[in-house]
Amino acid sequence: MPVIIAFIAGLLMSAGIAYSQMIDPNKVLGFLTLNTNWDPSLLLVMAAALVVYSSGYWLFISKGKPVFAENFSLPGKKALDKPLLIGALLFGAGWGLVGYCPGPALAAVSSGSHGTLAFIAAMVAGWFVSRKLAI
Amino acid sequence: MENFTPVEALIGGALIGLGALILFVFYGRIAGISGIAGSALFVREGRSWRLAFVAGIVAGPILVDAILTDFSYATPQLSWQVIAAGLLVGVGTGWGSGCTSGHGICGISRLSPRSVTATVLFMLSGMLVATLLH
Repeated sequence: MPVIIAFIAGLLMSAGIAYSQMIDPNKVLGFLTLNTNWDPSLLLVMAAALVVYSSGYWLFISKGKPVFAENFSLPGKKALDKPLLIGALLFGAGWGLVGYCPGPALAAVSSGSHGTLAFIAAMVAGWFVSRKLAI
Repeated sequence: MENFTPVEALIGGALIGLGALILFVFYGRIAGISGIAGSALFVREGRSWRLAFVAGIVAGPILVDAILTDFSYATPQLSWQVIAAGLLVGVGTGWGSGCTSGHGICGISRLSPRSVTATVLFMLSGMLVATLLH
């Protein structure tokens, strides 16, 4: 059952990434690049996602447990530590360089684009490094 | 603002929120794409549902393409810049414990101070680099 739900969740999120054109790095760069031709679309994507997710989240969290699992698996860490701050800054730099964050890059796999596949290979290498090298 | 597409942005964003919410309501998991994809590769426990989630991410645009008649999107050319960006995104989301989905949508919705901080930082850093470069 978790496998089917996880697939549907990924499918819907990725369909949203595709339909909103956030799968297109140029569209994302249109938001991240502050110029006279600025495109606020990404802001509306996030706003709509936040409204849907947060209303469902706060309605449901009081139920005490998920439908098909024993408990909620929520991150317990609270501290604004060095890995969080440095990691977020590095991620932003990579995002602004090409316009890809992990979701849109993985969503674009079926394009077969060599640029997309190279980005994903480098991202996976980066995940590996971050797990081996603590800061 | 001639490239602004508010209707597609709102519908697409609502779909992203709905997908993430389904994972939370049924399985109690945070729908962070970098965390799930990274753990699918490097953690044995829970691999099957994580791989299924990534398969759904890959299948999404194929579904959209089957429904819409005029669906297309650009992809980057292979370059050193793309590889450097991939490394930065991988290391950054690894150390920072999340990306636009986990921090930007799920974390902000939960009012997590870590996620709000991370989102502000990666937005500012992304805007700085993009504005200087493009």
